[in-house]
Amino acid sequence: MKVKNKEPLLSLENLTVAFGGLVAVSDFSLQLFSGDLVGLIGPNGAGKTTVFNLITGQYRPTKGRVIFQGKDITGFSPDLVTTVGIARTFQNIRLFGNLTVLENVLVSFHVRLQSSFLAPMFSLPSYWREEKAIRREAYDLLEAVGLADVTKEEAQSLPYGEQRRLEIARALATHPSLLLLDEPAAGMNPQETRELMEFIKKMRDDFNLTIFLIEHDMKVVMGICERIAVMDFGMKIAEGTPEEIRNNPRVIEAYLGVED
Amino acid sequence: MGREEKRDLILTLLLFAVLMLGVSLAERYLNTYLIRILNTACIYVVAAVAYNLINGITGQFSLGPNGFMAIGGYTVAILMLPLVQKEQVYFLQPLIWPFNSFSFPSHLFLLALFLGGLAAALAALLIGIPTLRLRGDYLAIATFGFGEIINVLANNFIPLTNGALGIKGIPEYTNLWWTVNWAFWSVFMIKGLVNSSFGRALKAIRENEVAAEAMGVNLFRHKLLSFVLSGFFAGVAGGLFVTLISTVSPSLFTFTMTFNLLIIIVLGGLGSITGSVVTAFIFAFLQEILREVEAPITIGAWTFPGIPGMRMVVFSVLLVVMMIFYRRGLFGDKEISWQLIIDRIKGRNESEK
Repeated sequence: MKVKNKEPLLSLENLTVAFGGLVAVSDFSLQLFSGDLVGLIGPNGAGKTTVFNLITGQYRPTKGRVIFQGKDITGFSPDLVTTVGIARTFQNIRLFGNLTVLENVLVSFHVRLQSSFLAPMFSLPSYWREEKAIRREAYDLLEAVGLADVTKEEAQSLPYGEQRRLEIARALATHPSLLLLDEPAAGMNPQETRELMEFIKKMRDDFNLTIFLIEHDMKVVMGICERIAVMDFGMKIAEGTPEEIRNNPRVIEAYLGVED
Repeated sequence: MGREEKRDLILTLLLFAVLMLGVSLAERYLNTYLIRILNTACIYVVAAVAYNLINGITGQFSLGPNGFMAIGGYTVAILMLPLVQKEQVYFLQPLIWPFNSFSFPSHLFLLALFLGGLAAALAALLIGIPTLRLRGDYLAIATFGFGEIINVLANNFIPLTNGALGIKGIPEYTNLWWTVNWAFWSVFMIKGLVNSSFGRALKAIRENEVAAEAMGVNLFRHKLLSFVLSGFFAGVAGGLFVTLISTVSPSLFTFTMTFNLLIIIVLGGLGSITGSVVTAFIFAFLQEILREVEAPITIGAWTFPGIPGMRMVVFSVLLVVMMIFYRRGLFGDKEISWQLIIDRIKGRNESEK
């Protein structure tokens, strides 16, 4: 692996979290650099989603630090983490089901709204100018992700693949520099998975993103990730290029078990 | 402002003009009984729309609007009660300072209503800060307890509330001009908020808290905003109510009031502001019409004695029927909008051609 001497975008330092006696993540360290597309894999229950929850503030680490763009964001609340530029999607889709596709995306613009709540209550023109601007931006974004035809549909009425894409669009609308995708290909057929892989790559290039993704589908991980970290029992057991990971005996052991 | 928003605003202001014309005609031609029902309906509109903001839009189950209405009601009553009346009413224990030294003249009625709303909003802030940080049903329990505490205070803090005797002889300032204006403008403001980015954030909290927070919505601040605004308008509704019936006592704002409002917002559709407006009117009229079922009834040779409280039984049955056949209320979470009305009119014209 070539040495990068620039500062990492995200640096996880010895992250540890214990729930009661159960240590879900233990001494997890990893660095992500701007423009990276890094995968996080591991058997079920290895602690992958917990790592995401530690980064985004859903959980507070027992030990260790999360450094983003040189700033310590350990213990920030989830909404604050979003404002510094980290967005995520969820393993089990969490859309705002009764809201329309457009409204789902518009929610993400709320955090950057300038107007006070009194402005829309009194129907002030200053509010409507702002609303118009964010609507235009939301439309553009939906166009870019190929959901422009369904802006008025309720989010829960979309087919599964489009719901996944809407979740990504909603995350992109918060203007992140780091995007965390939690099993984006879960439940997709091979055709949908292929489209998704193309989509993720395109999003990274179009939106100048750094992407960190959890995935079970090895085709996805090996196909698009430039670097992969492997977890087992809450610990990082390997890190490297897809080629290195494929041949790493500890990874094979974690996935296939060991011969006596 | 886009073209549609401009059109909607103009249509809304036209509706306001029509309403004002209607009020001036109603004040002249309608009998006092009908006017009384209309006044009550408008006050229910203010309270129900405010209640729907926290329960239906934000999805936080509050059971305390009776407490906020009581605070608003007592505040307005104490501010507006004339000094002479204050000496007569508080014969058990004199009213505490500073309220015994002044009384608002009639032209400060609007200010009194605002102060009533602000007092209720302040109470909402104080309860909201500890409870809205928690997830789950804590708000329901805390607000239910709050409503009861306010009731106990109203009964026992005699130097301020005159206890169970209540306060009588409050000047009857409330008329259709006041109630219709408050109903209109509170719907206007709350709907403006609900249709804005703030409304979307509140609905996002209702739909999925974890996702809303992950999209940058500060849960606590937005729940608090919704709760405090809801408290403000409930307080104003309480103030209008006491100056309509000229008296206030602890029995006026018991849990029954919250239950009435709950019926209104559930029947109208949780999350539908315009639905609450429609059902608030239906409820106010039904309450009067159903007085019949509480009166003695004679069928042929049999005479059934009147049963007080029968109305609530009828409402309960109605609620059960609604829950079976229209689980999401009359309007679900949909709103009656100008666009909808225009589409309907256009659709009818086209089908006639």
